[in-house]
Amino acid sequence: MSPELVIVGILTSGIRLATPYLYAAIGEAFGQRSGVLNLGVDGQMLLGAFAAFYVTFTTGNLWLGLLAAVIVGALMGLAMAFVTVNLQAVQGISGIGFYLFGLGMSELLFKMLVGTVKTVSGFQPIAIPVLSKIPYIGQVFFEQSIMVYGAFLLVPIAWFVLNKTTLGLKIRAVGENPEAADSLGVSVARVRYFTVTLGGILSGVAGASMSISLLNLFQENMTSGLGFIAVALVYFGAWKAWGVLAGALLFSLINASQLWMKVLEVPINSELASTLPYILTIIVLAMSASRVRSPSALTKPFDRGD
Amino acid sequence: MTENKLPSGHTRIDSLEMRGITKRFPGVLANDKVDFDVRSGEVHALLGENGAGKSTLMKVLYGMYGPEEGDIFLNGKKITIDSPTDSINHGIGMIHQHFMLVETLTVAENVALGLPSSRGFLTDLDKVSERILELADIYGLKIDPDAYIWQLSVGQQQRVEIIKALYRGAALLILDEPTAVLTPQEVDEFFVIMRQMVADGHGLIFISHKLHEIMDICDRVTVLRDGAKIGTKTIADITKSELANWMVGREVIMTRELDDVERGKPRLSLENISCDSDRGTPALRSVSLDVHAGEILGLAGISGNGQRELAESITGLREVTNGKVILEGEDVTNFRPGDVTERMLSYVPEERMKDGMIKDFSISENMVLREHHISPFAEKGFLMLKTIAEHTDDMIQKFRVKTPSRETKAGSLSGGNIQKVVLAREISRNPRVLLAAQPTRGLDVGATEYVHAQLLEQRKNGTAIMMVSEDLDEVMALSDRIAVICEGEIMGIVPRNEATPQKLGLMMAGVVPEEEETRTTSFTL
Repeated sequence: MSPELVIVGILTSGIRLATPYLYAAIGEAFGQRSGVLNLGVDGQMLLGAFAAFYVTFTTGNLWLGLLAAVIVGALMGLAMAFVTVNLQAVQGISGIGFYLFGLGMSELLFKMLVGTVKTVSGFQPIAIPVLSKIPYIGQVFFEQSIMVYGAFLLVPIAWFVLNKTTLGLKIRAVGENPEAADSLGVSVARVRYFTVTLGGILSGVAGASMSISLLNLFQENMTSGLGFIAVALVYFGAWKAWGVLAGALLFSLINASQLWMKVLEVPINSELASTLPYILTIIVLAMSASRVRSPSALTKPFDRGD
Repeated sequence: MTENKLPSGHTRIDSLEMRGITKRFPGVLANDKVDFDVRSGEVHALLGENGAGKSTLMKVLYGMYGPEEGDIFLNGKKITIDSPTDSINHGIGMIHQHFMLVETLTVAENVALGLPSSRGFLTDLDKVSERILELADIYGLKIDPDAYIWQLSVGQQQRVEIIKALYRGAALLILDEPTAVLTPQEVDEFFVIMRQMVADGHGLIFISHKLHEIMDICDRVTVLRDGAKIGTKTIADITKSELANWMVGREVIMTRELDDVERGKPRLSLENISCDSDRGTPALRSVSLDVHAGEILGLAGISGNGQRELAESITGLREVTNGKVILEGEDVTNFRPGDVTERMLSYVPEERMKDGMIKDFSISENMVLREHHISPFAEKGFLMLKTIAEHTDDMIQKFRVKTPSRETKAGSLSGGNIQKVVLAREISRNPRVLLAAQPTRGLDVGATEYVHAQLLEQRKNGTAIMMVSEDLDEVMALSDRIAVICEGEIMGIVPRNEATPQKLGLMMAGVVPEEEETRTTSFTL
């Protein structure tokens, strides 16, 4: 295969593979900017992935499948919000609880309702007129499925909402100094409910993007920890939408290269190669740990108290 | 009707009255049928010791607490306040003791936060900035709307808080210990602003421990004690010492003469020490100081100018990057904390709740925290519980710690009593050097008086004492010499009899007094 084709191939897969990272990490970024660390992303993704797959599988309607993922994600998000805002639970621990719940539940439902791995016909690539005809670039960027376009569109939207709207101002304030926001009549609880629920929805969609767009099937633990990488990406991206995008692309491109190495039968241990993204996560997090300051109120429950 | 308007364009509050306010917390009656009122064009001081119920009363007024009983009347009409939003809508603003600002946001963003925007869901920061500049102009508050809060000095941050309240149409402002964090010069500037606001028809409620400020700026004063109102008086009718006695409920010693104590040899010497802050930036720049036996060296400065780092450098809690710490002739630079304190250096840390004790430990456990491993509190690795208990009871009695028992968790004590436990632990071992950081911060008049007496007692015993304090009155009252620190540098050392608030205040702001300057130059020549 010619080197151009390989590069185009890696880039095309890279863009595609960035999709679940983007949905999940942007959703997580909203939560963290408001001060809530949700470690249950992976569990929310798995349930979203299953819901989307199952509804699509039984109804044949992809949009209904997506809607199911949104609803399931929203419910998981609401539950997480209740636990962190009302019950003021320790966020790291309750997040792990939600992860395990999602992991186990999606597995159970899959075994009960589906049984063996089956496929669905997922969202198909849509070529954007004119743009998709540009050599190389067209194939990489403008011949993707609607789920991929949506993920990339989410980045500027998230940036805009966080930085240019009153809601974004409230989210940032609540994540930095909830007492100050509260003293100005901003409801900390309402803001956090919103962001955590939104995070749940986007995690659900992230799962759906895998089960009905990228892979078109559901498997037990099909995310294999992708949701945790999404949490790490938020740190890597310094809680900014564009930073998250950069991180998501970095990871997905490495993932894509690793997959292409297998395709091209590059003589390298494939198990070792597939650990690359995870090793990278550790390195990146260790490096970015001291680089930027996290939202001051991150993981701290808010209690007006005395 | 225009005469009812304030310069900000909002309606004046002619009178605000709180009647029979009662607020209970589990086990505590925080406010007991308290009456309080404030009128347009006056400063009404709210005075009382810690836990007297001042903050509770103001939080009720600001809608942060709902009272069990009592009513609030605005211009004679009864109103209900259920949330800060309600009180803001009624024209009441509050400047909290700990600023309610989001450091990572700009001035304009902080002001706009929580308000509806003229552009719907989009922010309208340009319009907000315009209005901020307008208000800043009317009230003489210089401020840049685009600056980030973290870039501003404490005094400037306070102005942002005032603008925030004025922007929301505050006609009446609650000022909760607004001067606690300011330099004397900033206090003067702040008082100018206060006087301007009063002249314009605002009503101000001023909470402070500092009696001279109350005498200076207020028209009336209401005293609370143990949740109940003691009374309200016109400032013109009362003297400072009457006010102090009235607040505490007994005679208070306001000024002390220092006993004549022969100054001994230097016990603690710092030779050009430097260290870094937590962020890795230089925190101390070549600091040299001597603390002699039988003297109190006061270290004055605005909080955050290297005081904490200095104390930590001496006690071995922070790495000294350059220079030497000499304790009684021995170089103890970068010794482990235990090895430093073993040489009879005692340390009363600034954050007494965090660094001074373990909240979930009992008083007796905290009492022996420093020497729990050595005789008589431990023998051959076993704790001598009986000795510890006796010692603790002895200390509780001697230091008048108010506690149900020695087994009470330290964290449940009031700030003043916690400080007494820390002091008892650090002083009872008869230290050679005592390092006391902000020893009376947050303490009320009674507890402060007690801590001061203990420090002076130590001085009399010949201990070398270094007292770090932001409170100029305290520094000037107790110190033999006063060193002023600014941005990690010692601006100069002033003997007791030459110290004035103005002089120290300037040095705290980084201005080197002239004679100091000539001295340093002659030194370098």
